[in-house]
Amino acid sequence: MEIKVLKNILGANDQIAAKNRELMAKHEVFAVNVMASPGAGKTSVLLQTIRALKGKTRIGVIEGDIASSIDAETVAKEGIPVVQINTGGECHLESFQIQNALNNLPLPDIDLLLIENVGNLVCPAEFSIGEDLKVLIASVPEGDDKPYKYPLMFNTVDAIVLNKIDLLPYVKFNVEGFTKTVKNINPKVELFKVSCTTGEGIQPWAKWLLARMKSK
Amino acid sequence: MHELSITQSMLEIVLQQAAKAKAKKVTKINLIIGEMTGVVSDSVQFYLDILTQETIAAGAQVSFTLVPSQGKCRNCGRIFTLPEFDWTCPDCQGKIIDVISGKELFVESIEVE
Repeated sequence: MEIKVLKNILGANDQIAAKNRELMAKHEVFAVNVMASPGAGKTSVLLQTIRALKGKTRIGVIEGDIASSIDAETVAKEGIPVVQINTGGECHLESFQIQNALNNLPLPDIDLLLIENVGNLVCPAEFSIGEDLKVLIASVPEGDDKPYKYPLMFNTVDAIVLNKIDLLPYVKFNVEGFTKTVKNINPKVELFKVSCTTGEGIQPWAKWLLARMKSK
Repeated sequence: MHELSITQSMLEIVLQQAAKAKAKKVTKINLIIGEMTGVVSDSVQFYLDILTQETIAAGAQVSFTLVPSQGKCRNCGRIFTLPEFDWTCPDCQGKIIDVISGKELFVESIEVE
């Protein structure tokens, strides 16, 4: 006997994501899901963003990693609330993990919640965690062909931060071609070019993020 | 790796539906999977074989219906299969393309005894 089901496999994840969204809305927290491949500079961009927005808004951080708490310790030095999630092998954060993390954060004291996802360009694209904004950190040494290889990720995000532009003189990376491909796959996406080493481009990115947060 | 959590979520739905129908055994699980999700059928079957041990879905076979990635040109409305590179409308050369399929992850039906 055949039974018709027609159910979204990630329905359960989406339901918890909706609950996370509700809880954050109640506390007026704006959540940003930060995704990238390993080594693109998620933590560095986060640190630069935290410093750029110091005094302008109250930030909290959730760090997602397969193992270790190195990133959380680095972020904690900035004097802001941070929770580490270790996925124990899983390659992405899921909404139930965020739910647990939210219970361990002083939500009334947070306006902007930066969630650093596990370094991976495949799986995080599919799992909603209740965020308001999805951001992808790309980086120059990864090469300009990444949008072709991970179209779902590049198609899903609201903004792309191209990091390590200080390396452009040394690496074969066609910025114009990259921009064209990205806009092709995702016409609505905002693109920022930054360097966490020189600080170039951080201000426009931080300003845009703050404006998006305030327009919610 | 994400096949593991996808298979877990899928199995939850399958076992719920099977229990509702008071089925004794699940023999087949029919999935609708968008090409863009990158879910690998062999991986899903592999995890399923492990996760279903000692459940009524033990030994169930997974069948995949792959949905191709399709886009719709915002300029002229043409619907076309999205190639790997260069999402450009084949008719008007429009560059603004909305993805209309390829992201699906559904349990379509199950076959039970």
